[in-house]
Amino acid sequence: MLTNRKFYIASFILSLFLAGVVSFYASSSPDGLEKVAGDIGFIETAKDHTNADGMLADYGVKGIDNERASVGVAGIIGVIGTAVLAGVGFKFIARKPKKVRS
Amino acid sequence: MHIPDGFIDVQTSAVFAGLAAAGVATALKGARTQLDEKTAPLAGLTAVFIFAVQMLNFPVAAGTSGHLLGGALAAVLVGPWAATLALTVVLLMQGFLFADGGLTALGLNVFNMGIIGVWAGYGIFLLLRRILPKNKSSISIAAALGGLLSVPAAAVSFTIQYAMGATATFSVSTVLSAMVGTHILIGIGEALITGLTVSAVLASRSDLVYGWKNHV
Repeated sequence: MLTNRKFYIASFILSLFLAGVVSFYASSSPDGLEKVAGDIGFIETAKDHTNADGMLADYGVKGIDNERASVGVAGIIGVIGTAVLAGVGFKFIARKPKKVRS
Repeated sequence: MHIPDGFIDVQTSAVFAGLAAAGVATALKGARTQLDEKTAPLAGLTAVFIFAVQMLNFPVAAGTSGHLLGGALAAVLVGPWAATLALTVVLLMQGFLFADGGLTALGLNVFNMGIIGVWAGYGIFLLLRRILPKNKSSISIAAALGGLLSVPAAAVSFTIQYAMGATATFSVSTVLSAMVGTHILIGIGEALITGLTVSAVLASRSDLVYGWKNHV
């Protein structure tokens, strides 16, 4: 059995690797909903995303022209961002209320 | 599976934003009772792993791809309440940072993936866990099949939203059959990833797996 520390570090590194390296090889075909919307025709009703011109829109970093680097860096930023938000959030939720001293 | 802005009208989106908010609030209460200092890091890592794997679209049929939703996976690893919260964190990151999933559609997406995906997957997992022999392989198989069916369940949920408030006028039954057909195929990928991940965590740290430790 892995220790907590090793298990958590290994899973975090795996996530960084998947989002930072493997993501470049992901299929760029439309996903199920997009495909159905395109085939049937309601894709026309989609509006541009509020942040369509954002720094990280569509999993690419604005200003990085190399596609592999762009999606890789975006993935790593996403993994770290998710870790911070989820890490802090779940730690707070799991905190047991301190016993009140009388 | 991430709904963009515009597909569903504002009124229906608002209704589902309310439902999603109520679901997340309930999940916050529930997760307090299920998580402790030992399992909280796993809940965080589950969110991280789902974010990473959701970037990995796999091909399912000509010109169509799919990606993990992760509801069943998260529910088996950290319990259904924490699973809803993990998916919500992922959807917030995707919507706000990566322009994936419309901001007015956030409630629709949290409802489909973070509530329906989680509970459909977890419900099937519980059912199968009861029937199958009491061992680790059964947990992985039950999780995989929960994952398999959670995807068309989320697709049906989208179709209900479409029926309630689509801005387009194409027939609901056409949308239903296309959505369910495509998402059963995507569900096969969901089943593989869910089963493999659960068996990997069971092999290394079975003491952390919610769907296993409260079973033995």
